[in-house]
Amino acid sequence: MENLNLILPEIFISLSIMFLLILGVFKNDSSKITFNLSLFAILITAIITINETFSVSRETLFNESVVIDHMSSLMKIITLIGGFLVLVISSTYLKTFKIFNIEYPVLILSSILGMMVMISSNDLIIFYMGLELQSLALYVLATYNRDQIKSSEAGLKYFVLSALSSGLLLYGCSLIYGFSGSTNFDIISNQLNSKEYVLTFGIVFILVGLAFKISAVPFHMWAPDVYEGSPTTVTLFFTIVPKIAALTVFIRFLYVPFLNLIDQWQMIIVFLSIASMIFGAVAAIGQTNIKRLIAYSSISHIGYTLAGLATVSNEGIQSSIIYISIYVVMNLALFSSLLMLRRKDQYYEDIDDLSGLSKNHPLLSLCLLLILFSLAGIPPLAGFFAKFYVFKAVLEQSMYFLAIVGLLSTVIAAFYYLRIIKIMYFDEEKDKYDTEHSLWLKFSLTVSTILILVYFIFPSQLIEVVSRINII
Amino acid sequence: MNFPILSSLILLPTIGAIFLFFIKEKDGNNTTIKYVALFTTVVNFLISMYLWIAFDQSSSSFQFIEDRIWIEGFINYKVGVDGISILFIILTTFITPLCIISVNNSVKNRLRDFLIAILIMESFMIGVFCALDLVVFYLFFEAGLIPMFLIIGIWGGARRVYSAFKFFLYTLLGSVLMLVAIISIYWITGTTDVVQLYEIGIDVKYQNLLWLAFFSSFAVKTPMWPVHTWLPDAHVEAPTAGSVLLAAILLKMAGYGFIRFSLGLFPVASEVFTPLIYTLSVVAIIFTSLIALMQEDMKKLIAYSSVAHMGFVTLGIFTLQQQGIEGSIIQMISHGLVSAALFLTVGVVYDRMHSRLITTYGGLVSVIPKYSILFMLFALASLGLPGTSGFIGEFLILMGAFKDNFLVAVIASIGVILGAAYMLWLYKRVVFGKLINEDLKKILDLNRSEYFILSCLAAPILFFGFYPDPLINTIEVSVTDLINMHNTNIASK
Repeated sequence: MENLNLILPEIFISLSIMFLLILGVFKNDSSKITFNLSLFAILITAIITINETFSVSRETLFNESVVIDHMSSLMKIITLIGGFLVLVISSTYLKTFKIFNIEYPVLILSSILGMMVMISSNDLIIFYMGLELQSLALYVLATYNRDQIKSSEAGLKYFVLSALSSGLLLYGCSLIYGFSGSTNFDIISNQLNSKEYVLTFGIVFILVGLAFKISAVPFHMWAPDVYEGSPTTVTLFFTIVPKIAALTVFIRFLYVPFLNLIDQWQMIIVFLSIASMIFGAVAAIGQTNIKRLIAYSSISHIGYTLAGLATVSNEGIQSSIIYISIYVVMNLALFSSLLMLRRKDQYYEDIDDLSGLSKNHPLLSLCLLLILFSLAGIPPLAGFFAKFYVFKAVLEQSMYFLAIVGLLSTVIAAFYYLRIIKIMYFDEEKDKYDTEHSLWLKFSLTVSTILILVYFIFPSQLIEVVSRINII
Repeated sequence: MNFPILSSLILLPTIGAIFLFFIKEKDGNNTTIKYVALFTTVVNFLISMYLWIAFDQSSSSFQFIEDRIWIEGFINYKVGVDGISILFIILTTFITPLCIISVNNSVKNRLRDFLIAILIMESFMIGVFCALDLVVFYLFFEAGLIPMFLIIGIWGGARRVYSAFKFFLYTLLGSVLMLVAIISIYWITGTTDVVQLYEIGIDVKYQNLLWLAFFSSFAVKTPMWPVHTWLPDAHVEAPTAGSVLLAAILLKMAGYGFIRFSLGLFPVASEVFTPLIYTLSVVAIIFTSLIALMQEDMKKLIAYSSVAHMGFVTLGIFTLQQQGIEGSIIQMISHGLVSAALFLTVGVVYDRMHSRLITTYGGLVSVIPKYSILFMLFALASLGLPGTSGFIGEFLILMGAFKDNFLVAVIASIGVILGAAYMLWLYKRVVFGKLINEDLKKILDLNRSEYFILSCLAAPILFFGFYPDPLINTIEVSVTDLINMHNTNIASK
């Protein structure tokens, strides 16, 4: 008998989804209660995850097709916390657009379930199942504001391009299966050797598919449009939660089945990383819409995370995970402040709308100032440490070119972050925004900003948790 | 010594800033805010004076060391002072209160935010001079960009946005290479602790590249020709207090960095690159002095004179002679006082006339005599007249340079003459001559606070000009030790 306790979080969250759907069918006007119950469900799932799996160093289930280890439990917890916070700060926004329906929390829960399956997968089929579950939910979420053309366009674009990338991914999987005779990662790892050149195609296809999911250059084209068109809370969800799952899968693919083929993929990752860092930084300069700008900035942040993966060392993997955790906090803070730019029932998302914000809203703009400097990687804020660990790992492997290009692109990136700060602090003020916000929004902004600010006092804690992750 | 005196020096201004954050700004009446800021910085100054008294001048090792685990197994939070750094700390704690008094006249809006920025800046600057770990140093070194960017950008003049961006991006670009070098040092030697690195030494084959990476950061910050162009812009647009901090202290971070890190960590590379530094310094001295001669804008002129003076400093450091390095340190301290004073004197007339152009003025001596006398003192100190602190520094630097390289010393001496030329010409055009501009007739002489600030700066300039022993005694043992260490390193490799 398998130890089902280990997948209790997944079981619980699937049961909650079904229950919420049934509740939605039988109860009229159930949007509010579904919303609260789903928050509750995520919270409980997180608690179960911590309780059941946090201390497990490595266990496998179902013929080794599902793996529970330190990485999977940590990433699941980050996913759940991220999902919870996204959901909790969305309510005002959804109500404003009159799309506060039961589908929203249910879709978020299902995509979280998909991500949890992905994170734990140790088998191509399980992995693909999780990927599709989360993607399907995300397509619908992107079009969620269905009365707006932009939102529908975003969803359609995302669907078409994502389906293409899933196709490539699947083709890659089938090639790998053809060469190794198994879909299990561990078995593949033993069967593969670098002599078979066609195998490289399989790896490349899989990497392309995954690079698309995390929007690394040159597979990033969908990101700016989708981020801009989707409802802001969904954009927030896109920028943080799926990236965590996709990064985990990236790590697992590279370091479990393909570990023996480092020569084949290391250059690809280095290229993806450099291209994302530079392109993300350069392309963001000309943007006028904050959401598009965030899309490009998230592309360049993904570049830094990939730089950690390119090192082929445990330190590198750990630094990438630290980077993504800090990035999640920073993005959450950034979007929380973006959601505060509201006047009556109108949300503002152009950079010019921030003009002179510091005069009318000194606290909000101070928070944004810290967030933006942190995103730019200026010490002593958390964003600096994220980059610092990555480059520490990169330089350990003497990859000087990657480190220098990465750091120079932070200078370019600093330019557009500074531009926002300039608009907030140096330009003439506009009308006041509403100061009434939901408690949760204020909470998430305050907590994440304080975390960014005081991270430098306690940097060891995060490292301690992450340092248990040893993949190689 | 159990009391963490250096950490309290670093933290106190930040605590003051947090305190200020919770005081509500009222229109018109901001005395509470100002007194809180002033009180914090004065207490900090007194602590640093205590530090100087308690400092053991006969020992070259680091004192008041605090060593705490910060990131497990990687970085320790380590601070300490030796004879070289203690002077810079005192300079910082001395200049900041004067800046805060000076904002009375120059900063009109958002005074509270301005003072918060200045206090945070002070914390970071003291941190730079105390840090005994490369990563901690880098952290403070870079963090200073944030408040300075805001000071220039929010309270600056017409082209403030351009200048703030240029300042930020130039310095950041220079610094990122230093970060690569710092992490590389960690992987090469296994530590970023400066004291340990002095003992272990860094393998010669890595030194040149690492030296260049550090150089790229310090050269921008110093600033050395040809990457000095951010400085005139930043100075001109920054509010007076910002220019003062920039000229008096920020520029010294790089000079300090050259002594502490470039010389200390990479002795062989320092020898290799001495010709480069000599060339750039000499070009800076001559070239920027000539540019300064042609300036119409007073602040710009002083900014270019800063570049020239920093040229002397880098020249002195890389003579690798006792006199040269001591001269450089004294020149930095003196330049800190003199350039602060000059910017404040320009600020005084700017606040009244709202013009920095030299042509606006002329004949000031007949309307504001007190001002003219103090201005003369500072102009003479800037050109290095014997009896002012400027002389001691320049003299020692040139003495060191003559020992090492005759030609360089001769060319640098020409720079001294040029320095006299532009300063005296500036003084002549502003203070002497006929009073043509009608508006100037109504100009008021120094008020009490301005008089106080400028006298506070004039006193040490004259005192150390006649009696530099306190400064030299403090740095002597440390510099001797640095040079001995350098020579043994060179001899052994």
